[in-house]
Amino acid sequence: MPIEYYIYLAVILFSIGVTGVLTRRNAIVVFMCIELMLNAVNLLMVAFSKLHHAKALVSDAATTTGSEAQIFVFFIMVVAAAEVSVGLAIIVMMYRNVYNVDINFLNRLKN
Amino acid sequence: MNMSITQILFWFLSALAVFSAIMVVTRKNPVFSVLYLIITFFAISGHYILMNAQFLAIVNIIVYAGAIMVLFLFVLMLVNLNKESEPHKGKYMLWSGALAGGLFMFVMIAALQTLAPTMVQGIGKGDIGLIQNLGKALFNEYVVPFEISTILFLSAMVGAIVIGKRDHA
Repeated sequence: MPIEYYIYLAVILFSIGVTGVLTRRNAIVVFMCIELMLNAVNLLMVAFSKLHHAKALVSDAATTTGSEAQIFVFFIMVVAAAEVSVGLAIIVMMYRNVYNVDINFLNRLKN
Repeated sequence: MNMSITQILFWFLSALAVFSAIMVVTRKNPVFSVLYLIITFFAISGHYILMNAQFLAIVNIIVYAGAIMVLFLFVLMLVNLNKESEPHKGKYMLWSGALAGGLFMFVMIAALQTLAPTMVQGIGKGDIGLIQNLGKALFNEYVVPFEISTILFLSAMVGAIVIGKRDHA
């Protein structure tokens, strides 16, 4: 498939995630939209790694150029898993304090 | 028009991903949002398989659809939201948010119009995404970042327990 189609798909998914973060007030749904944006970026990165590999394959048949990007995507997933565990703990703590997961309650942090 | 099986799969997975992503944002019940997000992650894993990145497809299913989404579901059941606790923003905020997201998409797509046409290799071509190749790269050149990520996981686990404790000392 042409690379443009992957770019369009990733941009559409990322924009849906941005729209969700801007319009929803449930903190858990906002967090899920952030995960959606992370996945859109991962998809685009894998597509570009395949493209980079195909370019390098012309001159060298045994090259592994492009595997760095896939390792990088793997580390993005690792960091996302750690981030989710801490973020959900924060949401649970917020629910214990205010009995709600509305992000507008978080503006009490400033006092 | 005759489409190959790869093209049919690409369009099907793209439509599935976009549709369920829209459903994630628009559903009022957060449980439905979680379930649609799992469908989106499976569609993205299908895209990885189409690009012959099998390691990332498996990791995506295990980590995202398996672990992270189960964690989301647990927290959703824990906080026990009823219908009244989901407040709705004003119409003004809703439309301005949707407009901002749509304009962002418009700008990003409009910026790409001058791209030279290039093809991404399909399934069965190029072996950088296979487990053998990525495992060699991960445990030779990237073994130090891999070990650092274990420390990150340990600190995240400790942090989650400390934050989630009921009484703070």
